[in-house]
Amino acid sequence: MQPSNKKYRNIFSLVIFVLLLAASPAKAALTIQITEGVDGAQPIAVVPFATDQLKTALPYDLVSIINNDLARSGRFSPMPEKDLIARPHDGGTVRFSDWRLVNMDYLLVGRVRQLGDVNYEVQFQLFDVFKGEQVTGISYPFVAGDTRRMAHRISDIVYEKLTGQRGAFNTRIAYVTALTAVTGKRQYRLNIADSDGFNEQTILDSSKPLMSPSWSPDGQQLAYVSFEAKRPQIFVQQVFNGQRQRLTDFKGLNSAPVWSPDGKHLAMTLSKSGNPELYLFELATKKLTQLTKHPAIDTEPTWSPDGSKLVFTSDRGGKPQLYIMELSRNKPVSRPRRLTFEGEYNARGAFSPDGKYLAMVTGNRGRFQIAVLEMANNTLQVLTDSRLDESPSFAPNGSMIIYATNRNNRGVLAAVSVDGRVHQRLEVQQGDVREPAWSPLTDAQ
Amino acid sequence: MNHKLLLAAVLLPTVMLTGCETLGGQDGGEVVVEDRGTQADGSQITGSDGATTTGASAGTAFQGHQLDNPQSILSSRIIYFEFDSASIRNEDRAAIQAHAEYLGKNGGATVALEGHTDERGSREYNIALGERRAKAVRQLLLFQGAVSSQLQTVSYGEESPAAIGHDEDAWQQNRRVEITYKTR
Repeated sequence: MQPSNKKYRNIFSLVIFVLLLAASPAKAALTIQITEGVDGAQPIAVVPFATDQLKTALPYDLVSIINNDLARSGRFSPMPEKDLIARPHDGGTVRFSDWRLVNMDYLLVGRVRQLGDVNYEVQFQLFDVFKGEQVTGISYPFVAGDTRRMAHRISDIVYEKLTGQRGAFNTRIAYVTALTAVTGKRQYRLNIADSDGFNEQTILDSSKPLMSPSWSPDGQQLAYVSFEAKRPQIFVQQVFNGQRQRLTDFKGLNSAPVWSPDGKHLAMTLSKSGNPELYLFELATKKLTQLTKHPAIDTEPTWSPDGSKLVFTSDRGGKPQLYIMELSRNKPVSRPRRLTFEGEYNARGAFSPDGKYLAMVTGNRGRFQIAVLEMANNTLQVLTDSRLDESPSFAPNGSMIIYATNRNNRGVLAAVSVDGRVHQRLEVQQGDVREPAWSPLTDAQ
Repeated sequence: MNHKLLLAAVLLPTVMLTGCETLGGQDGGEVVVEDRGTQADGSQITGSDGATTTGASAGTAFQGHQLDNPQSILSSRIIYFEFDSASIRNEDRAAIQAHAEYLGKNGGATVALEGHTDERGSREYNIALGERRAKAVRQLLLFQGAVSSQLQTVSYGEESPAAIGHDEDAWQQNRRVEITYKTR
C-alpha cells in the first residue's frame, strides 16, 4: 500500500546518526550515517515491545535495531523514543486519534514472550494510523542468538508492507579493508558484516592485495581475487566454514569473477591469451569458454539478472566504455554493442536486481562518480558528487547502490538510492575500506 | 610493495643531480664514484673515504655491479605513464634500451615487470591497464635485445601505490612499471 502524499512532511534532518547502540555488546565495525534523507520519509512510531515477562533479557533491544533499519533506509523517520505519547503493546490499547495529533502515519507495537531458556516469541502489529487499521500482525519464534536477525526481519516486513518493495535488512555486505601497520606492513582483509554494520567477521587475511568479492546467488560463497602468490588468482570460499578452493591460476590476469544468476558459472577476465578477454568458467566441469576476442581491454563482466546478457568494460573504442553482449547457452550470439556514449570514461557496470538500471563509474573532467543508466530509455543520471567513486553494487532489493569512495583521504563506503535522494556513509574505524558487495536476498530461516 | 625500490625512486634524482658531472657514455662504462656509503638498495660500493680508484687502468672506478651503480642509466627502473595510457614516453626510452642491452648481454639475467596504475577509475580495469603497461615495457625490451624468457610481467593495478595521496602528485608516481632484477 502507498501512503498519501499529503502526509509527507519535511522533517528529515540532514545528518542523523543512527548506529552505535551504547548498550550493545557487539561492536559496529562499520558506522553507518544517513547524510542526506528524503523529504517524504514516512513518520512511524515504534513503541518498545513489552518484555516485562522475560526471565532472561534479550541480548539486543529489538526496537532499537528496527528503528535504525527504518531510519537508515531513508524512507522512514522513526519517532524518537522520548517523544512517544503512549506505550501500547497491542491493538486493543491503541488510541489512533492521539497518534494522528502527533502526525504519525504508522505505528508498530509488540511484545516478546519467553518460551524456554533461549527460546522466545515476538508478536507485533503494524497500524495505519490515518485509517485506524491494522496493516499486518505476525508472531515469530526465535532463539536469543538470532535476536538481530529477528529484528531485521520485522524491519523487512514493515518496509515491504509500507513501500511495496522487499526489505533487504537481513543481508550482508562483503568488503575489503586495507591497513598499514606501524611496521609499514600492509594488511588486507576480506570481511563480511550485517547490512547495518554489525557482526563484522574477517574471512580472509593477507599481506597481499585482495580484490573483487562476488557473492554466489545463494549467499553461501564468495569468489574473489587474491595476490597472495604475488600474482592474481581467483578463489571461491565458503563464507560460513572458511573452506576455499583456488579456481584459476593462469598466466597473466585472473580477475573480475562474477557469479552467473543460476550459480553454475563465473564470468571472469583472463589474459592467458596475451590480452584481457572475458571467459565463462563452468564450476561443475571447470570448462572455460572464451567470450570476447579483441586486442582491447575487455573486463568487468556483469550479468543481467536473467543471465541472458553480459555487460562489460572495454576500451575498444579508445576509452573505457560499457558494452553489452547477448548470450545463448553460454555462447555469445551477437557482437558486443556499445551501451554508453555520454562521458569520457564509463566502467564497472552493475545491474539492478530487476534489470532496469545499470550502475557504473562515470568519469568526466577528472572526477569519477557513480551514475545509473536507465536501460529502457538510455538516460544516464549521475548520482554522486564526489571524485573518486568506484565499485558500485546494488542492494538486493534495488533500493540502494553501495560504492567505495574517498573521504578525508580515507577509503570509505557510501550508499545512494537509485533516485539519488538518499545518501549514507559507512566507515570503518581504521584503514581503508573498499570493494563492497551486497549479498543476495536469501530466504534462510 | 618494494620499499627499497621506492626509496631508490625518491633518492636517485637527487643523487644524479648532485653527483659529479661525468655520466660517461650510455653504456655506463665510465662512471665516477662519489663518496657516499651505502646505496639505496643496501649494497656497499666502497669505503666512505672517497673514490677508491685502482690507479692507472682506464677502467671503471666503480667497483660494484653495474646494476648497483646509481649513476648508471640502469639505475632507472621505474617507467612512468600518463593517465589511462600505456605509451612509453620518449624520456624513458634510453633507460629501457639500456636494460634491454644489459639483458641481451647477460642471458642469465631476469627481470619482473610490475605494472601499476593510479587510483582513479575502476579497479578491475586498472588491473588490465597495469598489465598493458608492463607489456608495453616488455615489448620494447624484446625489440631491443632481451628475450622473453628473461621477462616476467605482473599487474597490481591500483592495489599497490608507490605514493599515498589523492592528488596528481601521487597519481603521477603511481602510474608506473617497476623493473625489478630477479637474477643478474
